[in-house]
Amino acid sequence: MTHHVILRVVSKFLIPLIALFAFYVQFHGDYGPGGGFQAGVILAASVILYALIFGLEEAKKSIPPTWVRVGMALGVLLYGGTGVATWLLGGAFLDYDVLAHDAAHGQHHGILAVELGVLLAVSSVMVTIFYAFGSRQPDLTDEDW
Amino acid sequence: MIFVSSAMVSTLILDVGFMAMLVVVAFAIVRLQSLFAIVMLQGVYSLLCAAWFVSLDAVDVAFTEAAVGAGVATILMLAAMLLADRESKPVPINRQFGPILVVILAGIALLFALPDMPTVGDGNSPANSYVGMDYIARTADEIKIPNIVTAVLASYRGYDTFGEVVVIFSAGLGVLLLLGLDGNAGKWKAKPNGIQLYAPSAPPARIKPDNDGGESS
Repeated sequence: MTHHVILRVVSKFLIPLIALFAFYVQFHGDYGPGGGFQAGVILAASVILYALIFGLEEAKKSIPPTWVRVGMALGVLLYGGTGVATWLLGGAFLDYDVLAHDAAHGQHHGILAVELGVLLAVSSVMVTIFYAFGSRQPDLTDEDW
Repeated sequence: MIFVSSAMVSTLILDVGFMAMLVVVAFAIVRLQSLFAIVMLQGVYSLLCAAWFVSLDAVDVAFTEAAVGAGVATILMLAAMLLADRESKPVPINRQFGPILVVILAGIALLFALPDMPTVGDGNSPANSYVGMDYIARTADEIKIPNIVTAVLASYRGYDTFGEVVVIFSAGLGVLLLLGLDGNAGKWKAKPNGIQLYAPSAPPARIKPDNDGGESS
């Protein structure tokens, strides 16, 4: 889509806002609707939109496939690692009470870590799936749509 | 009191309207042949579902439906559609009897189960009586965050959410193993409107300059 000027200009303006909104959803999840799943999907949508407008190769330059491959494993590891950390601190698996001196603070820390793991895993997997499908064929011309 | 009842009537009108639109979109999806239009209508269906969930006060579910169902799922279906034809072939009439029989039987079973469902907002329904009330009562003391849904998802039901993350991870892993991250599990040029879209056997992991033969060594 090299000559769609309006699409390119508008998406250049919108993609940072979409990514910012993803982080708002992530960190405002304790207070309003949202959380790691929704934020991860929105963050992945910003990358996918970039790939759709500017081409898959450009997107792979900014978000390399190695990153998303590592990211999806790291997300699951962060979630499971939080559980193991609570284990080592003397609690049950994923019992966040032991993460801080105050039980409620421990819950806050645990939820934050777990939601970060969800964000990493979900966004990386979505981008991975898009990269995997998108790399199967050459970029389409406008007439093919 | 009059205000409350009129608000309830307006939500009822919204609910019925959303369900009617869902039925219309579902019939359009079944009837259409163009896969591009079908993918777009699936996004419309998800967005209507999300709007309906907001009307039912399930904001978190609506948010997820809008982000996953209407957003990413539509884009992934578009990306998958690039590997397939643009039009679906019409199904011959003798292959339509089986599916319609399944649909009718499932519909009869659902109608049969309908009287056992609690009404909307029923305080004595199973979802509102046992463990749910317990979470609502204890979140303010134990977790001290305003959004009870997040507390249930990340803390009380942390195991379940961990399972969900592993499911998503496995899905990504499966796609990765089958297709390869750079499309290098078989990089050939697809013909979007042609016939030959895949090699008969698993293609080799090297760049194939042409695909008119359709044979892969």
